[in-house]
Amino acid sequence: MAALYEGYTLCGLVPDQNLSSSGIQGIEEERDRDHVVVTDSTRSVTLYKVSDQKPLGSWTVKQGQKLTCPAVFNSQTNEYVAVTDNKCVIDRREHFCLFRVLFLQVSSDVWKVHCTHGGEPVVLFQRGAVRLLDSLLAAPQQPIEEVLAQEEAIRWSTIIVAETQQFIIITTEQKGEHFLYLQRLNPNSVQRYRLEREEPGLSPLSFSATYRDKHICLLYLYPNGHVYQSVLSVRGLGTEEGVQALPLPRSLLLGLPVGDGQLEAASAMALDEAHVAVVGVPHPSAGGGKDFLCIWNTNFQTLQAGKEMAGKIYGQLWSYSNKVFIPHGKTLSIIPFECPKSSLASLNQTCYTLSKTPNSVPSWNNILHGEKAQPSKSAETRRTRTTRKSQSTTNLTTDQVLELIKTAPVEEIQKEVEGFLTRAEFQDLQPSVGQLALTLVSRSLADPAFYSSSTLAQLVHTRCLCHSVCPDLVLLALEKKDYFLCQLCLQFFPDIPEAVTCACLKAFISIPDVDAEKVSLEPDSVKFMENLITRDRAEAGLQNGFSPTSSVVNDRQTRAEDVKKKASAPSQLSCPVGLHKAVLINEILQTPYSDTFLLPHLKDLSSQHVMLFLQYLQFLYLKYSQDAFPQMEGFRSPSLSQIMDWVCLLLDAHFTVLVMTPEAKGLLLNLHRFVKSQVRLVSELGKIEGSLQELRKMKAKESIGQYSIEIIELF
Amino acid sequence: MGEFKVHRVRFFDYMPSAIRTMAFNSQTERLAVARADGAVEIFNFNDNFFQEKVIPGQDGRATEALCWVGHRLFSAGLNGEITEYDLENLRPQYTVDAYGGPIWTISSNSQGTQLAVGCEDGTVKIFAILEERIQFQRNLNRHKGRIISLCWHPSSAQIAAGMTDMIKIFDAETGHATRRLLVDRAMGASKNKEVVVWSVGYLSDHTIISGDSAGKVQIWNGLTGTLVRTYLVTKWDVLSLVINASQDESSVIAGTSEGTVIQFQFISSTVDQHDKEWVRTRTFRNHSHDVSALAHTDTAVVSGGMDTQLVVRPLLDKVEKNTQESALRKIAFPHRSLVGCAKKAGLLLFQFPDRLELWKLGESEGHVCLMYPYFVCRFLQGEDHICCSALSACGGWLAYSTVSSVRLYRIQYNNTISINKVSKLPKELRSVHQLCFSSDSSKLFASSCQSSVIVVAVSQQECRYLHTLKHKTGEWKARMHLLCASDDGKWLATANTDCEIHIYNLHKMKLHCMVPVYNSCPTTIAIHPVTNNLISVHADQQIFEFSLVQKEYTQWSRRLQAQGLLSLWLERDTPITHITFNPKNPDHIILHDTYMFCIIDQSLPFPELNAVLWNQMTLKSLPVSQRIGQSHAFKICKSFQHLMCVSLLEDLSLVVVERPLLDIMSQLPAPVRQKKFAT
Repeated sequence: MAALYEGYTLCGLVPDQNLSSSGIQGIEEERDRDHVVVTDSTRSVTLYKVSDQKPLGSWTVKQGQKLTCPAVFNSQTNEYVAVTDNKCVIDRREHFCLFRVLFLQVSSDVWKVHCTHGGEPVVLFQRGAVRLLDSLLAAPQQPIEEVLAQEEAIRWSTIIVAETQQFIIITTEQKGEHFLYLQRLNPNSVQRYRLEREEPGLSPLSFSATYRDKHICLLYLYPNGHVYQSVLSVRGLGTEEGVQALPLPRSLLLGLPVGDGQLEAASAMALDEAHVAVVGVPHPSAGGGKDFLCIWNTNFQTLQAGKEMAGKIYGQLWSYSNKVFIPHGKTLSIIPFECPKSSLASLNQTCYTLSKTPNSVPSWNNILHGEKAQPSKSAETRRTRTTRKSQSTTNLTTDQVLELIKTAPVEEIQKEVEGFLTRAEFQDLQPSVGQLALTLVSRSLADPAFYSSSTLAQLVHTRCLCHSVCPDLVLLALEKKDYFLCQLCLQFFPDIPEAVTCACLKAFISIPDVDAEKVSLEPDSVKFMENLITRDRAEAGLQNGFSPTSSVVNDRQTRAEDVKKKASAPSQLSCPVGLHKAVLINEILQTPYSDTFLLPHLKDLSSQHVMLFLQYLQFLYLKYSQDAFPQMEGFRSPSLSQIMDWVCLLLDAHFTVLVMTPEAKGLLLNLHRFVKSQVRLVSELGKIEGSLQELRKMKAKESIGQYSIEIIELF
Repeated sequence: MGEFKVHRVRFFDYMPSAIRTMAFNSQTERLAVARADGAVEIFNFNDNFFQEKVIPGQDGRATEALCWVGHRLFSAGLNGEITEYDLENLRPQYTVDAYGGPIWTISSNSQGTQLAVGCEDGTVKIFAILEERIQFQRNLNRHKGRIISLCWHPSSAQIAAGMTDMIKIFDAETGHATRRLLVDRAMGASKNKEVVVWSVGYLSDHTIISGDSAGKVQIWNGLTGTLVRTYLVTKWDVLSLVINASQDESSVIAGTSEGTVIQFQFISSTVDQHDKEWVRTRTFRNHSHDVSALAHTDTAVVSGGMDTQLVVRPLLDKVEKNTQESALRKIAFPHRSLVGCAKKAGLLLFQFPDRLELWKLGESEGHVCLMYPYFVCRFLQGEDHICCSALSACGGWLAYSTVSSVRLYRIQYNNTISINKVSKLPKELRSVHQLCFSSDSSKLFASSCQSSVIVVAVSQQECRYLHTLKHKTGEWKARMHLLCASDDGKWLATANTDCEIHIYNLHKMKLHCMVPVYNSCPTTIAIHPVTNNLISVHADQQIFEFSLVQKEYTQWSRRLQAQGLLSLWLERDTPITHITFNPKNPDHIILHDTYMFCIIDQSLPFPELNAVLWNQMTLKSLPVSQRIGQSHAFKICKSFQHLMCVSLLEDLSLVVVERPLLDIMSQLPAPVRQKKFAT
């Protein structure tokens, strides 16, 4: 008997808002059976150690890009290959440690990259062509032929290794017709098959292909619960180039009970020659709920093991080394299984052949409840209950609030949203906050008179928002000169695109100082800047938070010292921008960015702005590098390396302009001086390094074996 | 001083056994420590933590619990027997089977009249402590499940017993269980994993404190049977728990599987409050593995466990700060020499609990090794463990002893090595504490249990009993733990744990004299080959030189006492375990402890009290002409660490046997998993 064991959770999921997909694109085996690479549906790839249930590393593509197929691991070269925006990316790294990313711009859109363990990655293009990755690397822009017909689109694809041959299997759809391509690699040849029509309008929900006994077995599941198997020979292939679609013979393997209606998100997967794992199909004896993972024995037509999965089933299923990976609800679970060979199955081969005829397929429903088995009433009520549950009070009020936002005045909206936020639980907040913000922003955009700053600020403060959820928010705030909201967005959004960052920067630099001082900003960051600017004065007094009784003499003395300092280094003490402006710019400095994307936008800054910004950065740098700079804990503040990175970026973007500008000369000379001093320091450190290395060698020599003869001298 | 060729030996893979349990006797200030191999060690806390007695272990004697009753020491173990030890002759005096399966715990009442043991079959058995033995009295009411821990109420009227999932309070008179305290199972972990109450304490105000396998220390009210407070101190087990019962019962320490020791104190939580409660106060982290044994002295927390080290951690509010008293002390190595060295033959004898290993040292010319050391033979001992061993200087004789028997071997090195066991030993050689050969290998001295020394002549043909040396007849009982014969064969010095040193004249076979008794136990003694002066080093690190001929302390010794030793010397925390002399230069005395060896040059002046004791580096940097002015009598070399033996061979090369602590650590089993940083 096959058995499903106690499962465990690999990771949580972030399903999209209407729960239509699980948030996972694919799971691929990594270097061994214990490691898998999980690609989510947006931007990140994570490597998990299955036995530890623990991520070992993660990798994200840039903001604005999107992974369009599961990343695969090339075990020959220890590379990860992924596809972003239908273009190829190769990530050369040793298990997420070293990174060197290689972009490969190819001339046609990529559908998927396939890779078998120990094999070479194969790139499958959306138009059906197949290339080995190596050949693409050699000539990325090579012309890619079109294999598929005009309105034909790939639905599913996989790779199969048969003996030493690699086969790519593609299923396509064209005007309701389904086709199957069996593509052999090296030498390349392709054979096209037509799948037999099921009831009109039904297209297969899932495919699964396995190789056994010199044949490829294709298993596919239709929404009416029929699981068909087609057997393809790998031998007699490639004689005629298959433009002509051969009909593909099929046999009904299982007729699964579907209850009322048709299956929506379900999939079937062959575990071995006699067992099929099915998910999203109701358990025949447990009523109509479809959230079950079942193992069916195809030889005996029996259900061997079943397990109810909590939460929504997405119809996704993977299986590696006797474990089923199944996303459900908000988790990705791993369920170990076992399919021992049924001895009866091996004895009774006739049983296998007999059961192929469709009308002899018994199903549990038929056996248990007679021919016209209806889903039991309990299941019916259960379903209504769950729907009612999902429409709980919060959901209703979300809709109401949304309606309200579309029409009501600012004050009322503010009150309602506040109330809603205090009522709602954090988990439920995520989707609704996004919706609220979206409607608010769209109304503000449509109606220039309407703008509710405090409500938006409140929504941003929940930290449930991000830029991708509500892409117009930051620009709207900039337009409305709501700098406080800008600051909040910069602080809380992890994914602000570089273009928007740059727009903010430009806006901030160009605010007149007088206007900037009127803006109310986050007090902590203002406090930090205040401290930084006025620190020289405070320095003498502040020690352990204790300021000595400031006698007049003392005070005068410090003043005098101050004046002296000012005289000796006037540039060091004056902040080139106003306090609030500095606070806003600090926020920019702390936002994450990628320099390749930022550089082109930085070039748009005018030379005055660049000068001012550079002066400010220099001011910050000097302040930071003064030896006794107190670590201000609790304050959000740009780090020294962030400041230096921005200086470098600015210089890179505007070097020629700055060199030509006479006012910039002093500044550049100053910066040059820092660099020179840094170079000197590094070279000195380099000298020390040699001696330190010698020291380490001496240490290493100390380790002695079990026995040695030494000479010591005593004095 | 000159150069020395050093044989640096690291192949003595001595592995101390894990500390299983310990008991502290606050009257005598003695700590008894039981190790996993069954050995019991007695440390004298009054005498610089000197390990004065070692009772060798035995295969299968898994001691689980120790208990002092006055001066008597009882142990019980998983073999189901209760053992009383003969602390003078260092062997079990008698054993009594409790007939209750393995015994997990033993505890005596405060009057010292009754002994309670907790057995596997769920019974608490009460034994009466009689003059010379113990006698079974009765069982308390039997319950299902084993009794893991026991504690008597100070009034002796109740006994608290820790079991699985519960603590029971028994009335000691009637034997009925009066209260049942249910202990919660671990949070989070599976609920069906039962929790074991590893340790329980009973205070005079009827407070019960328990430590269990769910990582909790719980404080109960024993009168009402209610839980007062729970402290979750570890994710693993709380293995041991002990109250400072000799004082005001205001402090409890608990040892965990993570290697931490946690102190709880009965204090008022805020300054102005008067009602006191149990508060978790300190955490000591001195172990890498399970802390399975704890003792609470008046001033210190003593802990030991899987990592084999005994740690004495003074409580800084009880001792004066920045003194030797307040220093943390780790005792990792035995305070006696486990290595024998045949100086003439270049042989090393390593003593393990269950075997002896004989090695031949290599030969070399300068740094070049001409011959590597090789393994000569191994002597496997059976059930009883070895308590002492000796190798004659010529390497031809080897003797070792267990608690019950002595073995003597003749080893001949012709082209091949032949080893013959001397089968007929005189019947006087039976139970022996210390063995020593005379320098010409013609005699074997053995300190026997009747506080006497047996002299046996050994020769090719036979082994013949010669004489029994006794200095006094009658009541005196302390055993000799050190023996030392002079090179000329005339003298024999013996030292015992009562700090007495006796000198015998071997020509006349009678007591010559007794060295004035010093109040600290001698850790090693040696007779100078040329001057026949006796050098003795004591547990408090003092050095004396006693002239055997004049029967008085020598001038050098008097000068040393007058000037005093440097505090740096006195504050070392491991005793000197071996002394040798330089045959070429009679002024040199070579002695070592675990962390250094020192050559004392008697011709040089003592260091001034403000001088640097360890001045080798300064001397090295000085030109030769100025060295004389700067150098002093103590030449200390610290380049070798964790020394088991330092000896000078006849060819003037030093043998240094090291056992790096790191090697011992690496052989320990893996500690419990702990989350450290981002792992």
